[in-house]
Amino acid sequence: MCSVSKASLTVVTAMSLLTNVALAQDKTEKLSGELIIFSDMSNPAPRATMEGMTKRFGEMHPDLEIKLTVIDREAYKTQIRNFLSANPPDVANWYAANRMKPYVEAGLFEDVSDLWEGQISEELGSTKAAMTLDGKQWGVPYTYYQWGVYYRKDVYEELGLLEPGTFAELKSNCQAILDSGRKCFTIGSKFLWTAGGWFDYINMRTNGYDFHAALTGGEIPWTDDRVKATFANWRELIDMGAYVDNHQSYSWQESLPFIVKGEATAILIGNFGVAPMREGGLDDSKLDFYQFPKIAEDVALAEDAPTDTFHIPSGAKNKEAARAFLRFVVSAENQTLINNGKNLGQLPVNANSSVDDDKFLKEGFVMLSANSSGGVAQFFDRDTPAEMASVAMEGLQEFMVLPDNLDDILARLEQARQRIYK
Amino acid sequence: MTPTAMPTTEYKKLRSLNKRNEIAITPWLFLAPGVLFFLFYVIFPIFQSFDVSLYQWDGLGEARYVGLANYQELVNDRAFEISLWNNLKWLVLYLLAIPAGLFIALFLNQTVTGIRLYKSLFFFPFVISQIVVGLVFSWFYDPTFGLLNVMLGWVGLGPINVLGDPQTVTYGIIAAGLWPQTAYCMILYLTGLNAVDPEQIEAGRLDGAKGARMLWYIILPQLKPATFIAFVVTIIGALRSFDLISIMTNGGPFGSSRVLSFYMFEKALSEYGFRMGYGAAIAVVLFLIMLVFIAYFLWSMFQEERGR
Repeated sequence: MCSVSKASLTVVTAMSLLTNVALAQDKTEKLSGELIIFSDMSNPAPRATMEGMTKRFGEMHPDLEIKLTVIDREAYKTQIRNFLSANPPDVANWYAANRMKPYVEAGLFEDVSDLWEGQISEELGSTKAAMTLDGKQWGVPYTYYQWGVYYRKDVYEELGLLEPGTFAELKSNCQAILDSGRKCFTIGSKFLWTAGGWFDYINMRTNGYDFHAALTGGEIPWTDDRVKATFANWRELIDMGAYVDNHQSYSWQESLPFIVKGEATAILIGNFGVAPMREGGLDDSKLDFYQFPKIAEDVALAEDAPTDTFHIPSGAKNKEAARAFLRFVVSAENQTLINNGKNLGQLPVNANSSVDDDKFLKEGFVMLSANSSGGVAQFFDRDTPAEMASVAMEGLQEFMVLPDNLDDILARLEQARQRIYK
Repeated sequence: MTPTAMPTTEYKKLRSLNKRNEIAITPWLFLAPGVLFFLFYVIFPIFQSFDVSLYQWDGLGEARYVGLANYQELVNDRAFEISLWNNLKWLVLYLLAIPAGLFIALFLNQTVTGIRLYKSLFFFPFVISQIVVGLVFSWFYDPTFGLLNVMLGWVGLGPINVLGDPQTVTYGIIAAGLWPQTAYCMILYLTGLNAVDPEQIEAGRLDGAKGARMLWYIILPQLKPATFIAFVVTIIGALRSFDLISIMTNGGPFGSSRVLSFYMFEKALSEYGFRMGYGAAIAVVLFLIMLVFIAYFLWSMFQEERGR
């Protein structure tokens, strides 16, 4: 359990502006009773954001007693199963797309299609598909973030390199970097999912978004030649020695020192990687961002942009207040505020919100809104069923360490696919 | 009820009935709480596991009866095969803790100044948490800044990534596990050595027994109870090797350091798991392996009882 602590000064000032606006529209509904919120926003910045957000909501509804419980983000992933059925809160965090499917199918999430009628549908158009299963919406998003290549600008300048626009340029850059005694990419694959990011991108660039969606949806065999083409492209990087050695022993956090110290020059990661790299001393003059370059010429660019969400458990007691909270979360003002650089530092889901004045957020926003015509995927382990994801990501890690095992790995994945998607 | 309300003869009869059964009933009454808890928390879940292993169930929706399909899948599951072999490696190599513990105990079983301090230093690894042991060893093995590679460098050997190589990873974790387990066996032997009869040693010495022969024929037979306990705790320790794997490699790289208990956890309870039936099937296999040892332990204890 946690008590709502003091939000930062900026949040408070922004909030007082905001409540005035919000009060005007919400005055009509008087909420009372208890609102129990379980949240997985346990890292320091998200936690402060969540606490600030509930505090503001509480001030709008003085009769409502809000109880916020913040649970460790990793532990939450297993606890949610217990509390959704045994002791459901009124509002709970989770993830979009396939990750919410088990709970939707088990009838543990409330259908909130009514919230999505009208205005909200327009404002949240970009993420509506990710929240939709069986033609209904099962929650609301509150943030999302781009993936892409974060690189050492100063090293690129020193070597006279430019951001690559094609895979060939990426490889020639990489060769120059290797010749200078550095590694091209750092990655920590101990917890597997980082390898999933690499697969997502190389596959979406080699075969396109639709093929990738069909593959993660289980419609295409893993032994397909097009999948092999993806791995052949990936293997070119592995055989060059583009990745840091022994990445299978590191978590993604443990892989960051390589780029901070300049032993590796880039990392493919979500925007959440920026904060620790800045703390490590990489300011905007040293760190920059580029979209993962084209591989096949005729394939439209598609991106990974994982969406985090709020849901109402079907066993919730105060659904009226929970709906009001969800509406509050996605409102344009709140979205601008909680996604700014002082809070989550991510992209707002509401089209009427403004993106924070941050180099990476702006680039990411432009990339996702103007330069991802192929489509937007969630992420490998959110697009595939959990079981397939765990088998597949293990295979991806094995491929990165022992690329010669590819045929064996693909045969295993195919066997798993036939069993899992029945 | 008052005695007067009842004819005295009848009352006496009832009393004597109570009296007669008192001896038989009392122990059961005292045992009842323990037996109930044991039934509810140990015996019942065992049968429940057998039952769940026949179903396909994600822990949330409807459970679907699939017969022995989960076991059929186990047969062709290579991850399961790797886990099984790793379990075997653990069982065999973990036993090294017993001789190692014995020799440290023999070495420490002397009276010099500060021996208590040395004893506690040797016992120290058993006191700290397995998680800490795992962390310490993963830093020791770390391929870039780990002490192991520095030490290998002194003798001109190349850097190795013990925990990143599927060939060596299990041995690396077992070595970490042996550290606290040796300390445990050592303490068992130290207490055992206190009970060794000095007269027998004296007699052996008069007959000219020395060194290894003294150890083998005079000391070790007297340490048999300690050896038995050390064997039991080491086997159990090997079969429950979970925390070290979880903290040091998380089962990786690509599943090559998993053991059955970890694989069961992954399949049934981890982030990407929730195949309760399949997890239960793994648990049943693990239980059958344990059953071999449990049967042996019970049998030897039974023999001991009868021997008295």
